[in-house]
Amino acid sequence: MDWGAIFSNSVVWIVNPETIAYALATVGLAIHFGYTGLLNFGQAGFMALGAYGYAISILTFGFPWWAGILVGIAASVLFALILGIPTLRLRADYLAIATIALAEVVRLLFQTTTFDAVTGSADGLGGYHDSFRAANPIPKGTYGFGPFTYNETDWWVRIFGILLLALAVLITWLLMRSPWGRVVKGIREDEDAVRALGKNVFSYKMQALILGGVFGSLGGVVFAMPSAVIPAVYVPSLTFFLWTILLLGGAATIFGPVLGSVLFWVIMAFLSNLLPRMSEAGLLPFMSNQQANITRFILVGLALMLIVIFRPQGILGNKKELTFNAR
Amino acid sequence: MPADTNTTRSTGLHVGEVRPGVAKVDPILVADNITRSFGGLKAVDVDHVEIPRHAITALIGPNGAGKTTFFNLLTGFDKPDTGEWSFDGKSISGVPAFKTSRMGQVRTFQLTKALAMLSVLENMKLGAKAQKGENFFTAMLPWLWRKQDDEIEQKALKLLERFKLDTKQDDFAASLSGGQRKLLEMARALMSDPTLVMLDEPMAGVNPALTQSLLDHILGLKADGMTVLFVEHDMHMVRHISDWVIVMAEGRIVAEGPPDEVMKNPAVIDAYLGSHMDTDLGVVTGRIETVTAPKREKK
Repeated sequence: MDWGAIFSNSVVWIVNPETIAYALATVGLAIHFGYTGLLNFGQAGFMALGAYGYAISILTFGFPWWAGILVGIAASVLFALILGIPTLRLRADYLAIATIALAEVVRLLFQTTTFDAVTGSADGLGGYHDSFRAANPIPKGTYGFGPFTYNETDWWVRIFGILLLALAVLITWLLMRSPWGRVVKGIREDEDAVRALGKNVFSYKMQALILGGVFGSLGGVVFAMPSAVIPAVYVPSLTFFLWTILLLGGAATIFGPVLGSVLFWVIMAFLSNLLPRMSEAGLLPFMSNQQANITRFILVGLALMLIVIFRPQGILGNKKELTFNAR
Repeated sequence: MPADTNTTRSTGLHVGEVRPGVAKVDPILVADNITRSFGGLKAVDVDHVEIPRHAITALIGPNGAGKTTFFNLLTGFDKPDTGEWSFDGKSISGVPAFKTSRMGQVRTFQLTKALAMLSVLENMKLGAKAQKGENFFTAMLPWLWRKQDDEIEQKALKLLERFKLDTKQDDFAASLSGGQRKLLEMARALMSDPTLVMLDEPMAGVNPALTQSLLDHILGLKADGMTVLFVEHDMHMVRHISDWVIVMAEGRIVAEGPPDEVMKNPAVIDAYLGSHMDTDLGVVTGRIETVTAPKREKK
């Protein structure tokens, strides 16, 4: 087996745009679930709105790239309001049902042939990169070392994504050490108690839903930047990968989503390189090459179960603060 | 039973003859015609009630009398079918819970709601009103709220000391005992400088050693100029600390008055031991004896 190739194919995922996009969306999920206690199973919907908001406003309306990002943010704020106004007064489990349903509504609206001219239906959208690439300050060329060697466009996407992620992490850190963070953490523990202390619980839950949703949509934008927007990406299983990342890193932690995303993608890449090669080498006689590649998803599911059972606070979580106590 | 430590009992709170719904000299909370039904059951049906200011009022009654429901209605945690009520002269009918709390009417819960995964100190600081740092945008600019936050912390530490929780300030509230959580919840409510403190069964589940300390704290609230309304089961507790007692049964207010008098009221005995229309008065008199007996022993 070519261990060198397996290794280098795996470590590149540390700074891949997908890794950054998933980390961003998971920071949003940490605000929702880890800090505020909102069970959001529709983060894929927020990501889809970011990605489509970005692509459609460039392709259909001829906006510059930065205005496309703003449209994606605005779309997710609107979505959070539509989602939150009827459901945030309900118990946490009902919110979970509503979010998964509404995220599917969003995806199916983008996928339907009715709006084919704008959304590209099942084919998705592509070729919206010119504006963003024109803004690239990096001169033409190839940079980096070892497996981390990219051209100027690839670096620009990565650097921009990392800047967005850093901003999201900074905002989360600032908020969660402030009295605002104290209120939302109080809501996570018991919203009636917080209400009795004179805080407008509904408003705080809405603010948290919007903020986490905006981070989700930024994740969608970063996900769309290097490649294309394809509706089949924004399925519920995307949301559950984000949950795996969140619980892996630690739900109520600042850097948990970042660490979780890096680990998740590196392990996924490692397995997708290793398992088919093992199969080729005859080490997995009972499965075909393709089956071996799919096995990694089974292993991810297994890992999620093991985390929740044996380390519910995640890698970075405080041992005493078992945050997996959703009501 | 703890000794009767209430040396500051307020008297002369009412106007005219003592009966359910009697007017008070200086009411802080006035409720009219409040009803709340759950399906076919009329849980609360109160024609008129006034809570006296600067006094400790006990709301008592047997299980299922509607005390907690009435509490929830008055604090905006539940909406009544009919009725109007006002706090400090301002109508608060239909006002949501967080707004009544901001007006100075703070409550605690029967099942203690300590915020388990917040530290004791954070629990306390959450109770303070009008915090600049609780706004989404100013929260990100710590220099705008740091000073106020420090002041709040000082106040919290002082209160924790008074409630003997200061050594626990950095522990998660989850690590406190049941009684300590009751204390924390009460202390947290005081962070907002309330005028009316509403305690839902403050003694429930508290071990006897802490009961006396809790009673003293409740008396302390009154000494600090606050009005207290509390729900309680235990007649003896009620007699020790309350200035006025309101008795509920089957959703209605069946009696009210100063504690010693109200305990002798046949309606109260009925409420606690059930109506026995077919038994004669002699048996009822016998029951009065059983209720008042512990008091004689004590004196």
